[in-house]
Amino acid sequence: MDNFSILIAGKAGDGIDKSSLIIGHIFSQLGYRIYIYRDYPSVIRGGHTFSIIRCTHDKIAAHLDKIDILLALNQDSIDFHKTRLNSKSLIIYDLTSVKSDEGFGIPIGIIIKEAGALELMRNSCIIGAMCKALGIGMDVLEKVFRKDISREIDLNLNVAFRGFNEAKEFAKVEKLKQKLLGLVTGSEAIGLGLIKGGLKTYLSYPMTPSSGVLHFLAKIAEDFSLKVIHPENEIAVMLMAAGFSYAGDKVAVGTSGGGFCLMTEGLSLSGMAELPIAIVLGQRPGPSTGLPTYTGQTELNFALSAGQGEFTRFIAAPGDAEEAYYWSAMSINFAWKYQIPAIILCDKTLNEGTYSFDIDSVETINPPELFLWDQKGDYKRYQNTKNGVSPLGFPSDKNIAVKVNSYEHDESGITTEDKDLTVMMQDKRLRKEKYLLKELEQYETVKLYGKKDASTALLFWGSNKGPCVEAGTKLGLRVVQPIVFSPFPLKQFKETLKGVKKIICVENNATGQLTDFLKRYDINVDQKVLKYDGRPFTINELEQKL
Amino acid sequence: MENVNLAAYAKNTWCLGCGNFAILNSIKAVLGALIEGGFPKEKIVIVSGIGCHAKIADYLNVNSFYSLHGRVVPVCEAIKLANPELKVIGFAGDGDTYGEGLEHLIFAAKRNIDINIIIHNNRVYGLTTGQYTPTSPLGFKGRSTPSGTKEQPINPLELMMASHASFIARGYSHGIELLKKILKEALLHKGFSLVDVLQVCVTFFNMYDYYNSRVYELKDYDAGNYDEALKKIKEWDYDSDSKIPLGIFYKKEKPVFEYALSNKKIDIDAKIKELLNDYA
Repeated sequence: MDNFSILIAGKAGDGIDKSSLIIGHIFSQLGYRIYIYRDYPSVIRGGHTFSIIRCTHDKIAAHLDKIDILLALNQDSIDFHKTRLNSKSLIIYDLTSVKSDEGFGIPIGIIIKEAGALELMRNSCIIGAMCKALGIGMDVLEKVFRKDISREIDLNLNVAFRGFNEAKEFAKVEKLKQKLLGLVTGSEAIGLGLIKGGLKTYLSYPMTPSSGVLHFLAKIAEDFSLKVIHPENEIAVMLMAAGFSYAGDKVAVGTSGGGFCLMTEGLSLSGMAELPIAIVLGQRPGPSTGLPTYTGQTELNFALSAGQGEFTRFIAAPGDAEEAYYWSAMSINFAWKYQIPAIILCDKTLNEGTYSFDIDSVETINPPELFLWDQKGDYKRYQNTKNGVSPLGFPSDKNIAVKVNSYEHDESGITTEDKDLTVMMQDKRLRKEKYLLKELEQYETVKLYGKKDASTALLFWGSNKGPCVEAGTKLGLRVVQPIVFSPFPLKQFKETLKGVKKIICVENNATGQLTDFLKRYDINVDQKVLKYDGRPFTINELEQKL
Repeated sequence: MENVNLAAYAKNTWCLGCGNFAILNSIKAVLGALIEGGFPKEKIVIVSGIGCHAKIADYLNVNSFYSLHGRVVPVCEAIKLANPELKVIGFAGDGDTYGEGLEHLIFAAKRNIDINIIIHNNRVYGLTTGQYTPTSPLGFKGRSTPSGTKEQPINPLELMMASHASFIARGYSHGIELLKKILKEALLHKGFSLVDVLQVCVTFFNMYDYYNSRVYELKDYDAGNYDEALKKIKEWDYDSDSKIPLGIFYKKEKPVFEYALSNKKIDIDAKIKELLNDYA
């Protein structure tokens, strides 16, 4: 048995999330590649919540409909997920609170009571039983528990041992002979990528699905000498970011669509005043508040056009943890090299999904060469140059005044309404896009997977990478992933489509935003596969639709 | 000798007699003295919003951030947090910061970030040609309220007391010596300072005669007493025809919001790997 999925379910507040990570760690200790899908309602207590932990030999980024092991802490867990089971599936359930005709019942409630343990520790007990059922030794479990559980470790181990002893071995999970990989969520990969890009300050007002980045960076702020700030609202977040950028701090912000609405005036300021800012934009199903804790790819159009006026921006939509790490770092790099806003477009599937993360497989990331003031002649913050990029100076640099301005301005940053200057400065700012596009030719901005010469292309973006690459490869399709959307690397994109007769485009939105985007470039999609119920595609579901 | 000529080349477009000149001249004098006293000019940053007041960014040859309407305060906060050695002075309008961006003002006061906010409070929108603001008196007839406003003005200083501002003062654009004294004190205060300047708009709301007959300077007054300060601040509510006290109402030393981060060089790659090992 080396390819299986485990579902653990219970009420919100039951500790399902933490348990799924512990289970993931147990299998990554055995050499498996892990993907964890989390499903939870927007409530603090109550409501049904579950996680699917998929374990395989090769790297994955999607889950399946079917499961092999169900860990049920309440009746709903069985009733809601019965259809996911097959004849060989195993159910492990709490005999004290769940009725089931099949599987192992463990008297978890009684064990907890006898041990004087907390309700939350039912998780530890059922994980203990799972280990026995799958032939995993207590040594592996204990190692993971000691790392992952900070409070009452002895009591947790005690109930886990008792769960272990109550269960029977059902199957033997093989230990895989390959490098062990740690687990990160997409949010953590984004946070680490920003740090790699030189992040000094992170600002965010809490909003699912980007809050994970805020929490992660706040937790590790001291170790990396970061300022992590939660201001009064997203307007303050974005304007503070502009201030930090002006003062020389590499800065990033995080939000979701609703918060990004409030940031757009600051985004436009970043474009006009040429203040580099990286923006983590976690999309969700909208409009308005939408489905806060579910997934969607609804903000491509918004990211492309947000903010008044016309200005150069960078947008990348990574598809898994390695790409999230890489493009978050690159977003800061491009933001600073070209003095522009840079958007990292993500969603709940990416941010809150957990992945086996192989940092050694990520391409080298070099810090950008910044155009700093050389201290010669008069300083002009907006000096008109060939590529439109002006010398950076910062407050406290000697003998100069660094003047930035939200109004149209001259090269020194003084307000102007002069018609010729207006054209000159607008051209200067837009010229940067051309040079950035040229530089992007050196990077893999469009990726190709599957059968690379197939005449049918499966097109996707962002977090659909997991299901699309896996299903598309299986079906013998040419699988194409544009990662950068602004400026759009049309040349590279067209190359990947050479010889294609039919294009199928997969998106998590209701209108097909990538399909519409491509019409601008006279590229026509033949078939749209859309899903907008807030849930990501599973592999099986996508296979059926293709 | 440091060059303390702070004039920039931009042509001044304020109306003749505008109260903004008094603020510009006062701050020039205060900053000039500061620089002569040894404070490095390059460590001064001014921030302005949008409105007539905001042109001050173009008129002073120092580091400047000409921000958005209502967004002076968050920019000031960030600049100070990024580089604590900087002296950060925000110039803002009443419509700008008591209206569009009020939430930022309250939070900056509550945090006690060491920045200085100077409000050009002319109690009217000038640049958009004469509408009421949060501090216009009840019944103010502006272009958006031709039959007079139906709402009370706010007393911004009372609001600042409730928000734990550590320095609260009121100045007036007539009588530059007092204004200079107040601005200098504000700049020397360690913590958040707010100076509300009654700055007369000669074109849309000329209050010179009204103010001249009512203002008086606070004397023999203890600015360290919260209750006394609140009482004095309530003497004039921006609506009644009472006397109008000028000067420093409240001043208190307390901990400021700042980041004490080590400057030790971090090996990012090694540290990331170390962290990932913990995640295995």
